[in-house]
Amino acid sequence: MTISPFATVTESLAALASGSTTAEALALAARARAEALQPQLNAFITLAEPDALAKAAATATGPLAGIPIAHKDLFCTTELPTTAASRMLAGYRSPFDATVVARLKAAGAVTVGKTNLDEFAMGSATSHSWFGPSRNPWATDRTPGGSSGGSAAAVAAGIVPAATGTDTGGSIRQPAAFCGITGIKPTYGLVSRWGMIAYASSFDQGGLLARTAEDCALLLPIIAGFDAHDSTSVSVPIPDYRAALDEIEAAGTRPLTGWRIGLVSDFLSAEGVQPAVRDAIATAARTYAELGATVFDVALPRADLAIPAYYILAPAEASSNLARYDGVRFGHRTEEADTLFTLYTKTRAEGFGWEVKRRILIGTYVLSHGYYDAYYRKAQQVRRLIADDYAAAFTQCDLLLTPITPTTAWRLGEKSDPVEEYLADIFTIGANLAGLPALAHPCGFDEEGLPIGAQLIAPHFGEAKLLAAAHAFQRATDWHRATPTLLP
Amino acid sequence: MDPRYEAVIGLEIHAQLTTCSKIFSGAATAFGAEPNRQVSWVDAALPGTLPVLNRAAVTSAIRFGLAVGGEIAPVSLFARKNYFYPDLPKGYQISQYEAPVVRGGTIAFTVSEGGAAREKRVRLTRAHLEEDAGKSLHAVQPGMSGIDLNRAGTPLLEIVSEPELSSSAEAVAYARALHNLVRWIGICDGNMQEGSFRIDANVSVRRRGEPGLGTRREIKNVNSFRFLQQAIDYEIAWQIDEIEAGRAIEQATVLFDPASGTTRAMRSKEEAHDYRYFPDPDLLPLVIDAAWIAEEARQLPELPHALAERLVAQYGVSPNDAALLTSDKTLADFYQAAVAAAGAALAKPCANWLLVEVVGRLNKEERPIGDAPITPSQLAALVARVADGTLSSSGGKRLLSAWWEGDRRSADELIEALALKQVNDQALLARLVAEAIAANPKSVAEFRAGKEKALNAIVGAVMKASQGKANPQQVTELIRAALSSS
Repeated sequence: MTISPFATVTESLAALASGSTTAEALALAARARAEALQPQLNAFITLAEPDALAKAAATATGPLAGIPIAHKDLFCTTELPTTAASRMLAGYRSPFDATVVARLKAAGAVTVGKTNLDEFAMGSATSHSWFGPSRNPWATDRTPGGSSGGSAAAVAAGIVPAATGTDTGGSIRQPAAFCGITGIKPTYGLVSRWGMIAYASSFDQGGLLARTAEDCALLLPIIAGFDAHDSTSVSVPIPDYRAALDEIEAAGTRPLTGWRIGLVSDFLSAEGVQPAVRDAIATAARTYAELGATVFDVALPRADLAIPAYYILAPAEASSNLARYDGVRFGHRTEEADTLFTLYTKTRAEGFGWEVKRRILIGTYVLSHGYYDAYYRKAQQVRRLIADDYAAAFTQCDLLLTPITPTTAWRLGEKSDPVEEYLADIFTIGANLAGLPALAHPCGFDEEGLPIGAQLIAPHFGEAKLLAAAHAFQRATDWHRATPTLLP
Repeated sequence: MDPRYEAVIGLEIHAQLTTCSKIFSGAATAFGAEPNRQVSWVDAALPGTLPVLNRAAVTSAIRFGLAVGGEIAPVSLFARKNYFYPDLPKGYQISQYEAPVVRGGTIAFTVSEGGAAREKRVRLTRAHLEEDAGKSLHAVQPGMSGIDLNRAGTPLLEIVSEPELSSSAEAVAYARALHNLVRWIGICDGNMQEGSFRIDANVSVRRRGEPGLGTRREIKNVNSFRFLQQAIDYEIAWQIDEIEAGRAIEQATVLFDPASGTTRAMRSKEEAHDYRYFPDPDLLPLVIDAAWIAEEARQLPELPHALAERLVAQYGVSPNDAALLTSDKTLADFYQAAVAAAGAALAKPCANWLLVEVVGRLNKEERPIGDAPITPSQLAALVARVADGTLSSSGGKRLLSAWWEGDRRSADELIEALALKQVNDQALLARLVAEAIAANPKSVAEFRAGKEKALNAIVGAVMKASQGKANPQQVTELIRAALSSS
């Protein structure tokens, strides 16, 4: 017997526990669905071999034993190739598992495949991929968002109940919003970056995409926590997220009584915000108020500096992080080099796509002699100011509520100017600049039936509050239960 | 050097730290392994890897900072120095740039130049931690270059002096003092052939008395003190010649070629890299608290300069001998162990025997003090037997030779077995003296004519007749007495 492909992790675990399905059946069903939907969605770069998958499922033990998951192909895996969606790493095999991968494997999760992304996580559409663009399960002529678009599409399409993602400027939250699912970007330092291929090290943070906040609360403690391999991972006790959810469930109809939620109203009135998005966020704010929270307007006065600061700092780090792809030790190497110089230039010209090259050029430029103070140092100062804005806001409220994106998912090829794509990150980038945890959950649909996401942002290590608030919201609403109708 | 000119020299020295593992990974650092056998995923810069700082490297930096009296930064930063080279796996070197771990400090040393010795102090600009690169191997396979990453990630302390040196002799004396110091405090093995101590010299010249600095050229990667001297001397002369010929010096990086004794430009200023330094986001600021510094200070050995001063004050050793004894930790340890065994009263003869006989023999054989075939307690026994009159100094040398050749018997056993005991028997010596006077009428006549040196020939004849065992002082006195009374 099988269960619904749209079952949550929690429901799948119950089904496994009751014996109504088996780990093997779940894994093979996930793989079959992935394969069937691949022509429509292109959500995966690599799928596990059925035999290996069945064996892994049959032998899995731990709290997630037998739960099929997918990993963004930015996480290193020993059993499947790790490509970062780049020609540079096509076919690359890592000798080690990322800490996130190893911890999920140890907990019994079964890896169905590696999901598509924007090359090296640079992009907001999963269209900058050497392996072709991914598509949105709600409208396959549209982007699933990015850069964790393959993971978002795989969860939204009911292939896997949960997937890993990474978020440097919104890369978990924005595709979660575009695909109508829930995604959490933890506090910078909560989840180890070991084995997560670096884009912009001071922003990159691993996280999760799932159908519900409840599932995120189940998976987060497994991947979170100090890792001696990552100097920036933080040694803090991981709270009992489930207990925070239990408190909500025990608290009756107004479980958020006493909670203060700041609505960043400037974001709603910002230029270019789709009316349906504005309305959906306003409705979500009312729902939170009905759940007992005090909802009021707050300001993040320097939020408009976030994009320029981010698009200096992230490319600067990227230009250095991607220097190791030189054709010397691993990855793509040109066949046409006759000098060291051409080995470098041709390898990198052939191996990287345009968006990666663009960011390497920007980053190299802003770090150059004579420009460092004007760009990099100034942007670091701005980063501090933006963090100060958030800190000031959190003296008034427990959580911030904002849209995830100005619009719902755009059509593939619609944003041909890269700056247009950059500007779509305006509401998500602040949390990355400040290192704050943030969560995306579905809160409505536009007139074309495309999902809309709301963002909750908490102070550092406030994941329990994010998850509890979103869980309260999802107990009161059905947006997260909607499934795309175009698919089988 | 042309007296109208003066040279301004500053040194940047890379001391490889003797940690067991690399500065940002757990791979071993031992020298001489097969290529690429000591390379972790981090060292090879595989995708997804991250650096984790080795605490032992920081400890070394703290010890150095304490030893030179520098300021140890409570917070310092690691930065990325970006450039492409095949032996640089990440495409950047992790170093320290704006905020080094040690600032300031001084090195005091003795310069011997033109037959005179003088003290000099040079200030340090900074010392910072960084990782080494790998090595490119050419000529392993024809037409191909190989990369050996064993050395990639090896911890280095880069020690930068102020440009306060004014000759090759000063530069070498400074470098030697630093070389001694880093080994003394146990942070670097100082092996220059293996590249554990590499010197870059920034050299410029200017008209004597001019306030500004001339344009400098940097001599890279000198790995011997002799080459350092030759390279600086050549560079100074070359720069003066250029200026005299009306050509301006252009900033450049040069290499010294020991075969030709010349320097040649490696790259000009135009070809200089733009390293695009920025703080490494993978590493947190390095925080060193007062307790850590105090702990290292507690474990720091007595430093060479302080020990030298103590040897002069406490034992009456000459300043020159004290400087020699403290020029090497192993030698200083050997000496102190010998004095501990012989007693402080014999500290001076211990110094003489160690420096003249033991070090002299080792130098002749081109061996370091660590290879000495005798122990400090053997040296102490020898010195004690000379001091109590049992051995003449030539007897002492014969005892030393026996040990040198591997005889394991004790001093007293060897004195007995080799009949080294000094003859103090007055009657026997008187007879030998009388025979020597009779056999050397010419020397006797010369001595009587006032030629003091002629006495030596007669003493020598007695020593020969006694097979070196006669007490030479007694013999001399007996000859004087015999010749003055008759």
